[in-house]
Amino acid sequence: MGAGIVGAATARALVRAGCDVTVVDRGSTAGGTSAGGEGNLLVSDKEPGPELRLAQRSLAVWARIEAELRDELPAGFPGLELERKGGLVVATTEAGAEALLAFADAQRDAGVLAETVDDTRAHELEPDLTPHSTATVFYPEDLQVQPVAATEALLAAARRHGARVRQGVEVTGPVLSAGRLVGVRVDSGTLPADAVVLAAGPWSGLVAERLGVLLPVRPRRGTVLVTSRMPVRVRHKVYDADYVGAVGSGSADLQVSSVVESTAAGTVLIGSSRERRGFDERIEARVLAALAAKALLLFPFLAAAQAMRAYGGFRPFVPDHLPVIGADPRLPGLWHATGHEGAGIGLSLATAELLRDQLLGGTADPLAAEFRLDRPTLLPHLEGAAR
Amino acid sequence: MTEVLVVGGGPAGMAAALAARRHGARVVLLEAGDDIGGQYWRHLPGGRADPGERLWHHGWDRFLAMRDELLGDDGCEVVTGAHVWSVERRDGAPPLVHVFVGEPDGQGREPRTLDPAALVLATGAYERTLPFPGWDLPGVFTAGAAQALAKGERVAVGRRVLVAGAGPFLLPVVAGLLRIGAEVAGVIEAAGPAQLAGGWAPRPWQLIAARRKAGELAGYARQLAAHRIPYRTGAAVVAAHGTDRVEAVTVARLTRDWTPVPGTGRRIEADAVCVSHGFVPRTELALAAGCAVGVDGAVTVDERQRTSVPGVLTAGELTGIGGVDLALAEGEIAGSVASGGVPAPGAVRERAVFRKFAARLAAAHGIRPGWRAWVDDDTVVCRCEDVTAGALRRAAELTGSRGLRSLKLTTRAGLGLCQGRTCGRTVESMLTGSNEPGLLDPGRTAHRPIAIPVRLGELAASTRTSNREDVP
Repeated sequence: MGAGIVGAATARALVRAGCDVTVVDRGSTAGGTSAGGEGNLLVSDKEPGPELRLAQRSLAVWARIEAELRDELPAGFPGLELERKGGLVVATTEAGAEALLAFADAQRDAGVLAETVDDTRAHELEPDLTPHSTATVFYPEDLQVQPVAATEALLAAARRHGARVRQGVEVTGPVLSAGRLVGVRVDSGTLPADAVVLAAGPWSGLVAERLGVLLPVRPRRGTVLVTSRMPVRVRHKVYDADYVGAVGSGSADLQVSSVVESTAAGTVLIGSSRERRGFDERIEARVLAALAAKALLLFPFLAAAQAMRAYGGFRPFVPDHLPVIGADPRLPGLWHATGHEGAGIGLSLATAELLRDQLLGGTADPLAAEFRLDRPTLLPHLEGAAR
Repeated sequence: MTEVLVVGGGPAGMAAALAARRHGARVVLLEAGDDIGGQYWRHLPGGRADPGERLWHHGWDRFLAMRDELLGDDGCEVVTGAHVWSVERRDGAPPLVHVFVGEPDGQGREPRTLDPAALVLATGAYERTLPFPGWDLPGVFTAGAAQALAKGERVAVGRRVLVAGAGPFLLPVVAGLLRIGAEVAGVIEAAGPAQLAGGWAPRPWQLIAARRKAGELAGYARQLAAHRIPYRTGAAVVAAHGTDRVEAVTVARLTRDWTPVPGTGRRIEADAVCVSHGFVPRTELALAAGCAVGVDGAVTVDERQRTSVPGVLTAGELTGIGGVDLALAEGEIAGSVASGGVPAPGAVRERAVFRKFAARLAAAHGIRPGWRAWVDDDTVVCRCEDVTAGALRRAAELTGSRGLRSLKLTTRAGLGLCQGRTCGRTVESMLTGSNEPGLLDPGRTAHRPIAIPVRLGELAASTRTSNREDVP
């Protein structure tokens, strides 16, 4: 359930392992969160722990995915725009510098390439960067991908291996047999299945409710500004050091921290805001103004650039900031692959492999245990309101 | 006292502002151009006034009287050079309207945020031009651009000009070209005799009340005859030819659904071509405000011109393409209602008459789906991002996606500087044609939450300097 990038990657992984797979989505392919972000494959924003390990595993899969898909897809399929451009995290205050350097130290111990660079090197990497930085760390492993193209490519590959993709089909309820989920009801009938995978991103809580279980996945709003095309003057993914703190925060209030990057098309994307306010799709002037102001702190030359578009999306937020991957112990037959907040594009490929291995009963993977639904940090949230 | 904000200084917006003033409301009228009047009464700027301006317009005296009344009224603030970049929906109040005032592409424009008690949107329409091979050659103009150059600059787009497309708007374009000395090689109307008769002939008595329009059209017809300009129906320009610019076009006969008939292509020499296939309501501000739209993309209104959003009214082309008389009537009703008044019965009657006229217009000249057959795979559909029709069709076939959002992002169609203003409808209809059973999120190309490009420096400064104002 869900034709975003996590559903797409999971479908491809399962169908390649010999499963008979159907993907259903209430809307169209790549029409939700996967189309609402920048396409980040990051290690730079992750502290040592299970999410970082999942990201590192994902990066290894991303490294070989283009070649695999080239074999699986017909010529002329839109490219993924996968760029190994690296990320540059920039602190602009003394306190920020101290926090960033300590964070990078811990990441290095966890195997992340995190190169602390001096001002000269920082401006070699980004000539138009603000002269007022207090510390800069370069993360050569950070990648960028065009998330919609990646989703479509994974889905098309799944279809080539025999999966069916049904768009505009809404799941309305469970099909149960002896306390086990054996399929779902959809608006046009029923779909029987031995395993049902919930990969509906921020809407996962709502779908889970229809299946009769509570799942604490809630939407966290984000907004991105897009400039008109320009010659490339932002060469890496460039973040202000506040970004790291904002990603890990659980606050419902608006937070804005800068993420600036160029796309293959020549536009510059400016993120990112975080705010919990349900599925409210409004794009507010105050948020856009705050995004612009933050971006100018990193790249003053952008003052003359034109913003021509803004788009928003909803991240699937989980209270303890870890995705939920694996079986639902409360309802046999139901599996989860959701709750990646803003990191689902990057984490999708390793998520799909973890889920496949558990679903097909392979060897126990110690990392899988970290994302169980009934982990201690999530247990308190499994009772009470789902939304 | 009710305070009314009117966005758009064309006929509908002017009528709305005047009506709101008559009902005692204080009014702010925002207009992006240098002067009010809109596309319909577009004229030379004040510094280069033409004593013969009247000859260029229908209802010029009425325009002058309306403008004088608005500009001379202390209760109405007319703000020209006012570029609305964001309309922000709120719960329990009409939306906030964010504006930059100054040069269109300026830096350091003055930011203003208006907090109206009632908002009348009268933003008009965009021109719709269907693509064809060669339409991106220099010398191919939209009819609206040709008319704007003639009316606003007194410049002719070519020496020998062919005018093509659909709808009565082609005729004033011919008149404008003749007035500035161009030769018009012909007028090519895509609607065939059956379509034209189906729109214009049933219940001809309905036209009696709209005879002003009939008189205008008869005047244009006499002009065509006097200049011996061929007027051909059921045909279309299906290709433009030339190396550096247009030298000739191919005109082919069309079936009833506008599919070109093979073997009927005929070459016509011309150094410029003006093409227009009608208009599309300019809805980005209304959509940002949360207003419901119908399947035709026009904003849905009730009999008092109220939209689905409390406190937001619309008038003119935004509610459906209908021309100046309908815009004036709707504007007057919207302005009256926005200020808490009751619309004048005369305006309500006029609206009824010209709505029927608008329905006939749509029937007689409305775009039919066969046109997609003249767009070959190499024809650029989205010109900002250089996306060809073939690339669109291939992406739809290869991905199987029924999502416009996904297909836009995989092809980049509609993502360029114009944000789909020019190509949006075309992209949607091409994708609908190639991916049955159709798109699951149609209409998306009309969404532009940033209504005009804004410099990041201006945007960043806007929160610091812009105080929210009540209107006025």
